Amino acid sequence: MKDHIVTSFGEELKDLAARVVEMGGLAETLVKDSVSGLLRADSELARRTIAADKRLDEMQNQLEEQCISVIARRQPMASDLREVIAAMRISNDLERIGDMAKNISKRTLAIEGSFSCKQLALGVEHMSDLALEQLKAVLDAYTSGDLEVVSLVHNRDNEIDALYNSIFRQLLTYMMEDPRNITMCAHLLFCAKNIERIGDHATNIAENIYYMVSGNHLPMDRPKVEEIEISE
Amino acid sequence: MTMDVLEEKTGIKGAHMATAQAAINMQENKPVKMQGKDVCVHYGNKQALFDVNLDIRQNEVTALIGPSGCGKSTFLRCLNRMNDTIDICHVDGDILLDSEDIYDPKIDVVELRARVGMVFQKPNPFPKSIFENVAYGPRIHGLAKNKAELEEIVATSLQRAGLFNEVKDRLDEPGTGLSGGQQQRLCIARAIAVSPEVILMDEPCSALDPIATAKVEELIDELREKYTIVIVTHSMQQAARVSQRTAFFHMGILVEEGFTNDIFTNPEDQRTQDYITGRFG
Repeated sequence: MKDHIVTSFGEELKDLAARVVEMGGLAETLVKDSVSGLLRADSELARRTIAADKRLDEMQNQLEEQCISVIARRQPMASDLREVIAAMRISNDLERIGDMAKNISKRTLAIEGSFSCKQLALGVEHMSDLALEQLKAVLDAYTSGDLEVVSLVHNRDNEIDALYNSIFRQLLTYMMEDPRNITMCAHLLFCAKNIERIGDHATNIAENIYYMVSGNHLPMDRPKVEEIEISE
Repeated sequence: MTMDVLEEKTGIKGAHMATAQAAINMQENKPVKMQGKDVCVHYGNKQALFDVNLDIRQNEVTALIGPSGCGKSTFLRCLNRMNDTIDICHVDGDILLDSEDIYDPKIDVVELRARVGMVFQKPNPFPKSIFENVAYGPRIHGLAKNKAELEEIVATSLQRAGLFNEVKDRLDEPGTGLSGGQQQRLCIARAIAVSPEVILMDEPCSALDPIATAKVEELIDELREKYTIVIVTHSMQQAARVSQRTAFFHMGILVEEGFTNDIFTNPEDQRTQDYITGRFG
């Protein structure tokens, strides 16, 4: 695409995009660290992750202010407008992803030492791998504008949902086997739920990128695994 | 990227589905009031418009946008044969008003311009009283049987132009003594005094301050209920604010035309995109 006649406008938009990418990188690290802190019972890493989330919140505040300023001063149109709106929405999702990671780390501290079941750890790890893969894919698509990747991510979220449901069942079994497992399992269940939500946020980001690039909305009917099904 | 390609590339059915807003717009397809068919305009040897096909819909505001010299004002001036006054100007193609060709030799141009009125960039009140400025048109067209009727027309026109309350106690003062914004609304009152069907506006706010501009924009929105409006504007924000449909001209070609909402959020043509986002080099 051609450059803006007003070069400072173009630079501001580039700066917005750069900030989104930076936030994305940090969010990815937070998720990675929070899960590895949980699986390795690394309290130090968990504390660092909790502290790092503050930085992500600050970045989101700054980015939002900058978006508002661009809208007020430049009155962006068409693709520029979509870029600014997408930056605002995506940063919102990334900030929430940071919150999820922070929550996992808090729970890591709460169940310090009592998480020892290897099979469960494998399930959570696999889930987080999938969520991270999704996150990485959308962040790459944000830079490349690749709509194929975007719709792929959009349609793949149900794998995470399915995995969450299977972990839910496993945890139920453990809790029924031995009531002393309940505290740990409840925390772990929330951790799994957080990872599942990270996947949802990645899907939201995919939707926003799709709109930003094409100007159209993704159709609403994506494959879904209903949580109701797990109550059977 | 065209929608078909999108659908093919992403494998998503219905990727081309218009937004909800566009769907609402679709339902509101108003009847066509004026129609340009293959309109070509030459100034001497220089061609200013190339095969323009554009529908102007009833009770809607249609904004014509584009860089200077793109032909938008030329097209606007074709709509009430203002170009007739320029000797070297030659118009080809058809321009229809209610399916009737306005360039037909049988058409009375004076009557046409009463049906298709015009408001110019710079307020140009006659050097007469406020009353006479508005009364002039109805008088020469014989629209009033007596003085009372004429006064009624003047009052209604000034009211519709949102000016009556500001000038009702000084109707005999000269129109040129009003502020710029008031003068422009006086010109709008003068245009609507002869009960036109279509009002053409050539950058009606470019000489006005933001408050006067806002008043004129508010007025345009109200006038839309009774009249069909075509406005040429250099302010993209103004086009976005006041119009329901937007047509983008570039180098004498009508590049893209559609719902204002779509043009300003998701234009189809790269040239439109470049122009409205300030990327024209």
